Amino acid sequence: MSRPILFRIERLTIAGGDRRGVTAPIVDDLSLSVESGAALGIAGESGCGKSTLLLAMMGVVKSGLRHQSGHCLFDGVDLLRCDEVEAGRLRGGRIALIPQNAGLALTPNIRIGDQIAEVLRLHTDLPQSAHRARVEELLRQVRLPMPGSLGRRFPHELSGGQLQRVGIAMALAGEPDLLLLDEPTTGLDVTTQLGILGLLADLRRDRGMAMICVSHDLGVIATLCDHVAIMYAGRLIETGPTRTILRNPAHPYSRALLAAIPRISTARIPSSIAGRPPAPDQPLPGCRFAPRCAHVMADCHAGIAELAPQGHDQWVACRHPQLDTRETQPEAANQQNPLAAEAPPLVDISGLAVTYRRRHVLDRLLHRAPARKAVESLSLTLHRGEILGLVGESGSGKSTILRAISGLWPVLDGQITFAGTVDLTMPVTQRERQILRRIQLIFQNPDASLNPRQTIRDILAQPLELYFNLSRREVTERAQALLMDVRLDAGYLDRLPGDLSGGERQRVAIARAFAADPDVILCDEITSALDVSVQASILQLIRDLAVKRNVACLFVSHDLAVVQALAHRIAVLYRGRLMEVGPARSICTAPRHPYTRALLAAVLEPDMQPGRDMVGAMRDDDDIVSHGCVYAGRCLSRLERCASAMPQWSGFAEGHPACCHLLADTGIPLAMP
Amino acid sequence: MTIRNATDPQTLPGRQRGRSRKPGGRRLARLLTNPSGLAGLAIVTLHLVLACFGPLIVPYDFAFQDPSAVLQPPSLAHWFGTDLLGRDVLTRTILGGREAMLICTIATAIAMLWGGILGISLALIGGWIDNIVMRIADALMAMPWILFVMVFVAALGTGTTALVPILGVSYGLSVVYLARSAALEFVTKDFVLAAQARGQRRHTIVFKELLPNVRDSLAVQTAMQWSWMILGVSSLSYLGFGVPPPAPDWGLMIADARGIMSAAPWTAVFPIIALSSLVIGTNLAFDAAAKTLGVDRNSRAAGR
Repeated sequence: MSRPILFRIERLTIAGGDRRGVTAPIVDDLSLSVESGAALGIAGESGCGKSTLLLAMMGVVKSGLRHQSGHCLFDGVDLLRCDEVEAGRLRGGRIALIPQNAGLALTPNIRIGDQIAEVLRLHTDLPQSAHRARVEELLRQVRLPMPGSLGRRFPHELSGGQLQRVGIAMALAGEPDLLLLDEPTTGLDVTTQLGILGLLADLRRDRGMAMICVSHDLGVIATLCDHVAIMYAGRLIETGPTRTILRNPAHPYSRALLAAIPRISTARIPSSIAGRPPAPDQPLPGCRFAPRCAHVMADCHAGIAELAPQGHDQWVACRHPQLDTRETQPEAANQQNPLAAEAPPLVDISGLAVTYRRRHVLDRLLHRAPARKAVESLSLTLHRGEILGLVGESGSGKSTILRAISGLWPVLDGQITFAGTVDLTMPVTQRERQILRRIQLIFQNPDASLNPRQTIRDILAQPLELYFNLSRREVTERAQALLMDVRLDAGYLDRLPGDLSGGERQRVAIARAFAADPDVILCDEITSALDVSVQASILQLIRDLAVKRNVACLFVSHDLAVVQALAHRIAVLYRGRLMEVGPARSICTAPRHPYTRALLAAVLEPDMQPGRDMVGAMRDDDDIVSHGCVYAGRCLSRLERCASAMPQWSGFAEGHPACCHLLADTGIPLAMP
Repeated sequence: MTIRNATDPQTLPGRQRGRSRKPGGRRLARLLTNPSGLAGLAIVTLHLVLACFGPLIVPYDFAFQDPSAVLQPPSLAHWFGTDLLGRDVLTRTILGGREAMLICTIATAIAMLWGGILGISLALIGGWIDNIVMRIADALMAMPWILFVMVFVAALGTGTTALVPILGVSYGLSVVYLARSAALEFVTKDFVLAAQARGQRRHTIVFKELLPNVRDSLAVQTAMQWSWMILGVSSLSYLGFGVPPPAPDWGLMIADARGIMSAAPWTAVFPIIALSSLVIGTNLAFDAAAKTLGVDRNSRAAGR
């Protein structure tokens, strides 16, 4: 613990401001330090100043912002005051940043090897002739396949996880002492995320680099960092060793943030934090968390609480730190499937096949088979009142299934039957309006699914006018009632989506779907664009509305932890094929398919045991040609015949079938690790 | 104003500082802080005022020929001098833009209407219909514009009534490109997909979902078209296909002055200044407007 301090921020204040003057602080009187070789995680919701802080650590202050006071000292050099030449030498050299989305940070028309070599040219003394070998070595270090030839590829030829690894290789090229990570795995699949985090942990151990990781995901921070700083409204509100903070958070905000994370072990919808972080210019004399705090007291509004030591090495900025261990939360009845299994399903999918691309006229004329199917021989039922979770990685065909059901994507083969009689394989233009009304889709990103030029009233009026022929006054009344249902007040009617926060926008999108009074709700990753703190409230809302209106809900997500918190049943999808279908509880406690097991192992929970095997969840020989099980290439329990023979479904008796040779052979579900 | 629902504790309070629905006032204010935008706006305003009230302030009748004062240089009696027929150049310069501006305004409205709707619809429909129509448009665009218009002028004759539909149709073609490319950015957005999934009719999607998003850029781009059209009408008049004489028109005046430009430069200089200042002023004003509206000026189709 007596390692030298490598990086220190002293009373840093960065405020919004321009020529006319300085406004409210974005980063407010913040101090922290990182020892060499240590890893610090900075957590908080979006809008708390994390990104501004991270940029300041690179010695960059965005235009529109102003560095007001304080220091940012890297090895004795003040990055915010030194000249550009010196800062430029440190940036990319001794301080390296791994951006949130390396795919966007790479230049699309330059080979990745050349982009890495540029860092070598700028920040190392290596002779030009040694660059190629060094690039290859770096690519090998980040465990990319075929490091010899990969450098000649262009960014678009690589997958998201591979690009993130290239980003890491680029950061490593300058032999950094300090690695800054900006949400390093956000947007990646859980299994890919696990691989990246394992890689980062190994690199840190081998090279003795210090790391500062900014993330809204405490699971990522718990896996990677040994110290945590929780940030709220530009200030640190709690710091300390990861284990202590995550086990015994003392600040109400840290506790709320932790409680908002869905956990496999508890199997219920986590609690959410009401409201959102204050805008920097919002006048709040006291603790800036006070308006949202569940334990607020009168003196909280009196003045800002400074960080004060708490226990061994924990620091908390709160007048009334919560010292008891976890509060017990009311156990919500979750996993009871309300439906009588004998009732006929509302949506019955059998043998569904869908292609990625629309078939060309020529292909149809020549009876050419489509190249690759996004979804193949998929059979699934959805009952009234049921929430069915559909889990899979990106590219597994989850969204394609939803689009096929809603008629936006042509069905190649198979049946989709609605309410026993209605055929749903026809495109949206040929469906009856009342059928369209009964099936509603909610999209992933409310920024894109709400028209930025329509007021909330216009947005909600569209389905109401289309399906119900209401008068203007009735539309307004219904729209108000709908807003109330999604817990927004009527004052939102005349706002534009741009005036709302992400969570509020998604509520509006949900209200629009329920405006049609549907029987089936299709949710396409509806929480993945939102903060963890907001996600919980959206899940609760979907649950409440689904129960209240007795609708069937197909909830698609890449995150098993989210799905199991909400769903009655879960279907696991891999490359367009179902692997396993069963009750949510039994999927999580007794998975029958190796893929489900890998997904479960990839779920990061902040209070899990550190030091577990983070790479072993999945194999990486993805290129294997398989005529049998599609998962054979990545399966850890692969048998001889997995690659040659298609496995059969078995295990129907227990209501939890899976498609795996292992299960068919032994009939014994896999034990959890 | 926010109406709080006090009974439901979970109701989220709306943001206190509500933004006005259409911040047009603030945009105008920002436009006025931009010096070149302000200059452009002043020039355009001057031109519009002169066009509206010109007949009331001009010193002479535009057709009055004074045989005793032919090709007079600028003087107190004739501030801008007189032309070959002894007509007052000041009078004719003030009135010379009226006809062109009127024609262009109506023609721009026509072009915007059909070009905008067709362009947005094509972006939404896509597929082979889009392909065929756009290839036809490409073929028409490949023809030199002046030939294109002259064919129609030959068929329909000259004068305001003929020029308005001719210009409205020919300029609408480039509005199709503008509207289509602006709308293409939005047709792949989820809100359009959501409308399609609801079973919304196509014209509802065009007018309610796409048009409000395309409106700003379309308005700015089309206003630029207006200034190009002014140049176009003047070129036609110069060639003798536009506004028929003896009506005062900058193009006609420049054409008349062509042979005597070295002897009596004032006959050409003043209409040229008037014409170019109008075009430059419009460009400055709408450049600034585009900036404040956040419209990318460079995305406009090649102006004619």
